[in-house]
Amino acid sequence: MSILFSIESLTAGYEDKVVLRDITMQVEENDFIGIIGPNGGGKTTLLKVILGLLKPFSGRVDFSPGNLRYNQIGYMPQVAQGDTLFPVTVEDVVLSGMMHGKGARGGMGRKDKKHAGEIMEQLGLTALARQPLNELSGGQLQRVYLARAVSGSPRLLLLDEPATYVDTSFEADFYDRLRLLNERMTIMMVSHDVGMISSWVKSFACVNRSLFYHPHSKITEEDLRLYGCPIQLVTHGDVPHVVLHKHE
Amino acid sequence: MMENLFEYSFVVRSLLGALFASITAGIAGTYIVSKRLVFLSGGITHASFGGIGLGYFLGISPVLGAAVFGLGAALGMEYMSARGRMREDSAIGILWALGMAVGIIFIYLTPGYAPNLMSYLFGSILTVTYGDIIALGIISLVLIAYTALFYRTLLYISFDESYARTFTTHVDLFKYISVGLTGLAIVLNIRMAGVIMIIALLTIPANIVMLFTREYLRIIVLSTVVSFIAISAGFAVSWFINLPTGATIVTVLVLFWLTARAVRTLSRRRSSDKIKKSVT
Repeated sequence: MSILFSIESLTAGYEDKVVLRDITMQVEENDFIGIIGPNGGGKTTLLKVILGLLKPFSGRVDFSPGNLRYNQIGYMPQVAQGDTLFPVTVEDVVLSGMMHGKGARGGMGRKDKKHAGEIMEQLGLTALARQPLNELSGGQLQRVYLARAVSGSPRLLLLDEPATYVDTSFEADFYDRLRLLNERMTIMMVSHDVGMISSWVKSFACVNRSLFYHPHSKITEEDLRLYGCPIQLVTHGDVPHVVLHKHE
Repeated sequence: MMENLFEYSFVVRSLLGALFASITAGIAGTYIVSKRLVFLSGGITHASFGGIGLGYFLGISPVLGAAVFGLGAALGMEYMSARGRMREDSAIGILWALGMAVGIIFIYLTPGYAPNLMSYLFGSILTVTYGDIIALGIISLVLIAYTALFYRTLLYISFDESYARTFTTHVDLFKYISVGLTGLAIVLNIRMAGVIMIIALLTIPANIVMLFTREYLRIIVLSTVVSFIAISAGFAVSWFINLPTGATIVTVLVLFWLTARAVRTLSRRRSSDKIKKSVT
């Protein structure tokens, strides 16, 4: 396995508040990392630093091991972002994922539109191409934002709580799509639901101010306690899971 | 028809004014409505009245004063909201009233009579000069060029600013230019539509078009067309039965909007009937 990028002694936060403290991590190519941790533990902050949206206080994200570039990162933000009443079509949103490296003119040629068309077809969005966002269901919206994140053919895909768009019943379908994408790109996905994602991810990173990398998809309460990651494990049917301890 | 040169030149001036006002209403109006900046635009308009008063007081062009105040208000509001340190609607409300207050004080302090004051408040095609038309023409061309050159970038910054930051480092620059040009477009329309009514000219056309389409570029083009028809009709009506231009245009626009809503409701009902029939 080769290294895609590494995070070295990274400390980051907002104004005078430190959210992430002295984080070091190496991300391997084609890994599928579930980023877990309590609210306010710094999961989204970590993604923002990797994206270059937030400058760290100290330390750095080093893209040189895998020759990664900023325009090779796809990003799917949390559900609240983007005004769905804004007059923009599905195709326009998918095309926006290809703006990286295009410059301010951002001209979209026939080739770009054809590529966006292929992405939309893969994600079952072709019939919706000309639809405005406000007429979409949660699941459709989720696929539109995923399409935007992958239309630029990224090598690294960052997803922030992608499951909050939909009911639990649709989640499995979405993670199946991610598994297919994982053949072509490295994925880091923030999630609050360890039990649900454990059958799709390859490894876990527990973020609670500091970061612990767990190189397997099976994680126990014992591990979490060891990592100082106070979150609950929830069981889901036939998904491999661990059973919670009885509450006192 | 054209008995004399005055009448001919008046008609040309009116049509050119209508054309340029429509272009600004199409481009700036679509931006304002999509980004939900209607209240902010109202604030900019009324803040610029302070500049009109100052213009009278100093004996310079009130339009120039309005442009400076309008631009200042637009950029200032953008700066404040970018810092995220205050309640935006309250800030707009304060600026709104302050602009009017400053304007009234300056006009009160200006000795003698303030000519055409009412035309700034209510709008009048009669007082629009060729200078006003040229200024409006220039801002129209700038808006067209700006939108055409940077269409995708502007669209995506408006839609999802934080995502746009992942592909361009110029988000803030574009936002300042956009809001600045919008402020200027608003102010330069004041002569025709008036401080009180301008906001309707900029918001109703885009709202009419958005009943039927949600493609951004189409909204720009079609709301320009709708504005041109409404403004021309407003001019004609106000000319023939001698009504204030701004008020007439706004009334025409609202009638258009009501008609458009009715048309859409009927067409939706018909298409849902069709679906029902095809099901049974």
